Amino acid sequence: MTSVLYDAPGPKAIFRSRLFSVVAGLLIAAGLVWLILALGAPKTSANGAVQPGLWDVSRWDVFADREVWRTLGRGALNTLRMAGVAAAFALVLGVLFSFGRVSDTKWIRIPTTVLLEFVRGMPVLLMMLFILLVFSTGSFWAGVAALSVYNGAIIGEALRAGIKSLPRGQREAGLAIGLTPVATRFRIEFPQAFRQMLPIIVAQLVVLLKDTSLAFVVGYEELLRSGLYNLTNFFGSRYSFSFFLVVLAIYLTMNLLLSWLARVIARRTGSKSGGVTTETKAPPEKPLDPELVYPAALGNQMGTP
Amino acid sequence: MDAVIENLPLFLEGFRNTLGLLLLAGTGALVLGIIIAAMRISPVASLRGFATVYTEIVRNTPLTLVLFFCAYILPYLQFSPGYFVLATIGLTVYTSPFVAEALRSGVNGVHVGQAEAARSVGLTFTQTLSFVVMPQAVRMVIPPLINVFIALTKNTSVAGAFFVFELFGAARKVTNDRGDEVLAILLAVAAFYLLVTITLGLIAGRVEKKVAVLR
Repeated sequence: MTSVLYDAPGPKAIFRSRLFSVVAGLLIAAGLVWLILALGAPKTSANGAVQPGLWDVSRWDVFADREVWRTLGRGALNTLRMAGVAAAFALVLGVLFSFGRVSDTKWIRIPTTVLLEFVRGMPVLLMMLFILLVFSTGSFWAGVAALSVYNGAIIGEALRAGIKSLPRGQREAGLAIGLTPVATRFRIEFPQAFRQMLPIIVAQLVVLLKDTSLAFVVGYEELLRSGLYNLTNFFGSRYSFSFFLVVLAIYLTMNLLLSWLARVIARRTGSKSGGVTTETKAPPEKPLDPELVYPAALGNQMGTP
Repeated sequence: MDAVIENLPLFLEGFRNTLGLLLLAGTGALVLGIIIAAMRISPVASLRGFATVYTEIVRNTPLTLVLFFCAYILPYLQFSPGYFVLATIGLTVYTSPFVAEALRSGVNGVHVGQAEAARSVGLTFTQTLSFVVMPQAVRMVIPPLINVFIALTKNTSVAGAFFVFELFGAARKVTNDRGDEVLAILLAVAAFYLLVTITLGLIAGRVEKKVAVLR
C-alpha cells in the first residue's frame, strides 16, 4: 500500500500528513462557505438599486409553478430524444466506418480514411450549421446528423482498433472454413472487437449526450434552450442563476448516471472476456482507465480506492 | 468562391481570434490542470477529494452550459470583462480536468519497476522523480495532451455562438450575408480548423512514434 517512491511514513509523518489534510479540508470548506455567503449577499447595482441575494426566496419562487417543471421536463426529454436517435445512427455509422477502414479494397479504404480524418478534425458545431444550411433540414435533424457522423467516426476508429488487436488467426480460421471475407468480418471478428471496445463506445455515448447541448446554437429546443434560455427570457433575468443551477443539476444527474452505467459495463465485460483472445489480446490503443491497466508508479496514492 | 475571397479579411480575423482563444485557454488549462493533477496525486486526502469532485462535476457539464454561464450569468453577477475574456475563462475551466487526467495517466503509465529499480540502486525520492520517473512521464504525457488541445481547438467554435468573433462566428456572419455560397464558405472555414487540428495530430503521431522506440 505504500508508495515505492519514498520510505513508509513513520508515526510522526503520518500525524503530520493527517494534520495537513484536516487543515486543507477546513480551508476548502471555508472557501466554499465564503462563496455561498458571497453569492447570497444582497448587491447594490450601478444605479443604486439593491438586489436581493441569490438564495433569496424571491429568486426561487418560480419553482412553485408547475409549468416551469413541465418545461424543464420537456427540455430534458428533447435532449434525451436527440441523444437516443443520434446514438443509434452513430453506432450504425461506426460499424460501417470501421468496415470501410479495414477493407481490403483500396477504393473503399482510402476514401473512408480521408473522410474520417476530415470529420474528426472538424468542430461538431460547424457540422451542425453546415447541415442546417446546406440541406435545410430542421434543427433536430441537423443536430442528429452532425452528432451521429462525428461520434460514428470516433466509434469507427475504436472498432477498427479492436479488430486490429485481434490475433490474425481469427480471420484466417474464418476464411479457412469457407466463410466469405465479409461473413468473416461480421460473424468472427466484429463481435469480439465490439465486446472489447464496449467501454470506450459507451464512454463516447456519454460525450454524445453532453454534446446535444450544442444543438442550442442551431435553435433546437433542448434542455439548455428551453430550461435556461427561454425560461430566463420569460420570467426575467433575476431567476437566471436559479434556472442555471437546476439545469446544471439535471445535466449532472443524466451524465453521471450514464457514466456509472459505462463503468458497470466496463467491469462486466472485463471479467467476462473469456475465450480465445485472453492470452493473445493486445492492449487497446487507449486504455479506458489507465489506473487499472498500468500499475501505478506512485503506489496506491493515485486515488484508486 | 468569390464570397470566400471577398470576405477573407473576416475569416483571417476569426482565425486570429480562434488561435488566441486556443493559446490563452490552453495555457490557462495547462496551469489549472497541473494544479488539479498535483492535488489528485498528493498524499493529502482532502485535497485529493476536492480535486476528484471538481473533475467529476466539470467533466460532466456540457461546454455549452459552461459558456452560457460565462456569457450571460457572470455579467449579471456584475463581472463583465468582455466576451473574449469570459469565453477564455469558460474554456479554461472546461479543459482543465481533461488536462489533469492526461497528466495523471502519463505519470501512472510509468512502469512501477522503473521506480523500484531507481530506489533499489539507492536514489533518493527527489532523484528518483527527477532522473527516472519524470523524464519518462513527460514523454508519455505529450501525445494525450496534444489530443486535449485538438479537442480544445474544436471547442473554441462554441465560443463563436456566445458573442466572440472567431472562425465559427465569422462563418455565421458571412453565411448570413451570402446565402448563395454556403457550401464554399463552410468548406473554407473547415479548412482553417483542419489546418490546426491535423497539424497538431501529425505532431502527436510523430511524438508517439518516438516514445514507442524509447520504451
